[in-house]
Amino acid sequence: MLRRLALGALVAAGACAPKSTPEAEQGATGRLADAREAAQRTFVEPGKLDEFYLFYSGGHSGQVYVAGLPSMRHIATIPVFAPYPATGYGFDAESKKMLGGYTWGDVHHPAISRTRGDYDGRWLFVNDNANNRLARIDLRDFKTRQILGPIANSSGNHGSAFLTENSEYALVASRFSIPLPRGTWAPLSKYATDYHGVLTGIKIDSATGTMSVGWQIVTPPFDWDLASTGREISKDWAVWSAYNTERATGRLEVTASQRDRDYMTFVNWRKAEAAAAAGKGRIIDGVRVIDPREVPGMMYLVPLAKSPHGADFSPDGRYVVGNGKLAPYVTVFDFQKFLKAAEASDTTGSEDGIPVLRYESIRVAEVPVGLGPLHTQFDDQGYAYTSLFIESAVAKWKMGPFDGHDSSLVVAKIPVHYSVGHLVVAGGDTRHPVGRYLVSMNKLSKGRHLNVGPSQPESSQLIDITGSGMKMIYEAYTEPEPHFAQIIKADLIHPIEVYPKAENKDPNAIWAAADGKVTRIGNRVEVKLFSIRSYFAPGEIDAQEGDSVIIHVTNAEQERDMLHGFGLAGYNINVVMDPGETKTIRLKADKPGVWPFYCTNFCSAMHQEMQGYLLVKPRGAAATVAAK
Amino acid sequence: MSITAWLDEVLTARARLAVLGAGALLLVALLFPLWEITMFAQMFPEGIRMSIFAHKLVGGNAGADLQGINILNHYIGMREIRAADFPEMKFIPFALGFFVLLGLRAAVFGRVHQVVDLLVLFGYFGLFSLAAFYSRMHAFGHQLAPDAPIKVPPFTPPVFGHQHIANFDVYSYPGPGSYLLGAYALVLAAVLATAVRRERVRVAAPKTAAAA
Repeated sequence: MLRRLALGALVAAGACAPKSTPEAEQGATGRLADAREAAQRTFVEPGKLDEFYLFYSGGHSGQVYVAGLPSMRHIATIPVFAPYPATGYGFDAESKKMLGGYTWGDVHHPAISRTRGDYDGRWLFVNDNANNRLARIDLRDFKTRQILGPIANSSGNHGSAFLTENSEYALVASRFSIPLPRGTWAPLSKYATDYHGVLTGIKIDSATGTMSVGWQIVTPPFDWDLASTGREISKDWAVWSAYNTERATGRLEVTASQRDRDYMTFVNWRKAEAAAAAGKGRIIDGVRVIDPREVPGMMYLVPLAKSPHGADFSPDGRYVVGNGKLAPYVTVFDFQKFLKAAEASDTTGSEDGIPVLRYESIRVAEVPVGLGPLHTQFDDQGYAYTSLFIESAVAKWKMGPFDGHDSSLVVAKIPVHYSVGHLVVAGGDTRHPVGRYLVSMNKLSKGRHLNVGPSQPESSQLIDITGSGMKMIYEAYTEPEPHFAQIIKADLIHPIEVYPKAENKDPNAIWAAADGKVTRIGNRVEVKLFSIRSYFAPGEIDAQEGDSVIIHVTNAEQERDMLHGFGLAGYNINVVMDPGETKTIRLKADKPGVWPFYCTNFCSAMHQEMQGYLLVKPRGAAATVAAK
Repeated sequence: MSITAWLDEVLTARARLAVLGAGALLLVALLFPLWEITMFAQMFPEGIRMSIFAHKLVGGNAGADLQGINILNHYIGMREIRAADFPEMKFIPFALGFFVLLGLRAAVFGRVHQVVDLLVLFGYFGLFSLAAFYSRMHAFGHQLAPDAPIKVPPFTPPVFGHQHIANFDVYSYPGPGSYLLGAYALVLAAVLATAVRRERVRVAAPKTAAAA
């Protein structure tokens, strides 16, 4: 304690009196000089804007988190696969329908739409590892606009969303293999032959971003893990890593860790697209599924050490980095050599008719980055960054020259706290990375934060990667659980701030209090509800027990940040309407009585007065009379 | 120099052109706000705006500010500000058209008195419009609904200059349209001033000749 105090005094002395004793200065510069620099690099003044958006996947929260860089401040949560009362998501008819009855998802890999291999800032696609879905967030309003799936035949959508060079496709891969189509039964003893994995191309409409299932490729029952898409020379190709190429069941940590090398697959998605268009393969559960044996040259396997995880194309599309997870190095494949080997049928075997190319003909380096390499990202200076889960560190290494001196390629390493999973560099998976910042998304924080009990957040650490080294400059905590993320320059996204009234095409939108009304047709009560500071019109909704009530509530505001909510007590409803937005609420008036509704999103000085009543008259007039 | 003779004096070609050009200023003035009211508050650091044109009322921020101002005003019981409630927005465009036509008359027939008519009528129109504007502001600030959620003493929003009202700093100033109207009056005055100088020179000329 005394020593701590003494150190504190020295640090304080260093800060306040630069001309103090040499000892004090030394003590101070050891920590304070770096801390000062780090603070200057990350401090964003109140009222000033961050330079980058950071889109974190929210893991099994089902959501996406938005933060700013370099401040690391959390700005917003975009609900995707789980209801989120804070923005009313999952309570109104439209978002409820999109969720399709599911109340959670597992978001792993966000992907910003791209043009010519660089982020264009139009949409953000995210996967649901749990229920085989894919969602599109429109970056015009930061709202989830489509959820596709569950995708037929595919189980455990881990290897997505990875977008082709011009967002033609979002690629999806099954983590789990099952007998096809879904719903078919086969004993686990037949796993190796009767179970199948599936790779899927999800077509993206270039004008609207609307996703639809394009085609699928049936594969051996490997566990497909992560993907990357090519650029330039490799633009027609995508790669996926696979573990459990043993085709094992049971305790996979053992049974699927027996081979020294698993695989990376190279898939020509243009060929798959053409084969599907030509009617190859067969329809399974409504989707055209192609057998690789029918389309030679579409799919190859390349051995990759061991139980690999991330597969990452270099920015120029020339190299692919395989992250070995259980091997202490990353493997670099040369795409040109891959093409040559494929052309020359330089194979060492096959798996269910899919050629396995000779490892030595394609691999150009095994870079000894450290223990537990998981993912690699790239900067604009020719460096690669690999997360080392087991070692709890990030390695920085040079992308070449690959002349056999693999160990000299590693230039720096920085410890992180603790057990990093994904890492992300600004534009680190694009044709032209921006570099400068790297965020290490660590799976464990182990008490580096104020103690909040046993359920601990994850830690995300901001690392300055300018120059040849790496410097830790900030740390933030995120709710469970970020996997991959995207960092994009803020000026590439131009969101709206209100929904312009002129663009509201909802036939039930109303813009004047006088138009608010309750209409009854049979046992259906339809309400056009007007909301503005600080009242609802009408403020009274009358229904009979058993009625179906439909409420179209419009926020008539056109002012920035003037949101209104509609929370209905007792009926488990909370919807939030942004300025200019109309939302529809459906409920069955099955609980007689008087149920207050009120504005849940604080709006104005008279917010507390913004309320009304839903009056549900009990069935039977006698009861009503008796009550009176 | 006889006033009546001067009033019947014929305008030079240049003066006629100037009168025509001044009429064009009136037409251009239709495109710009005559008056602009801007309100700042802690949570409106960029201000919310209302621009009063000769024929319309336009809120800032692509129109949204007008509704915003009305929403704020309704708390103190001020009635909604709507273009339809401003008779000025009908008579001002009419009056501007009238002055353009009257200017044509002066340009074609080219008599000094026709310009004097223009300037006098225009001066009256300007003063009347300002007074109407003031009385409208007075009415908005005084005819407050008795059941308003927030009771404030009646007030007149600023017609010219700055005023602090509750949490708002309100600035009210003429817009480019008004400056164009002012320029119109100045051109007419300049035409008259030139005519006066020419008349003086003309009256003085024979004397000079006699002296010679």
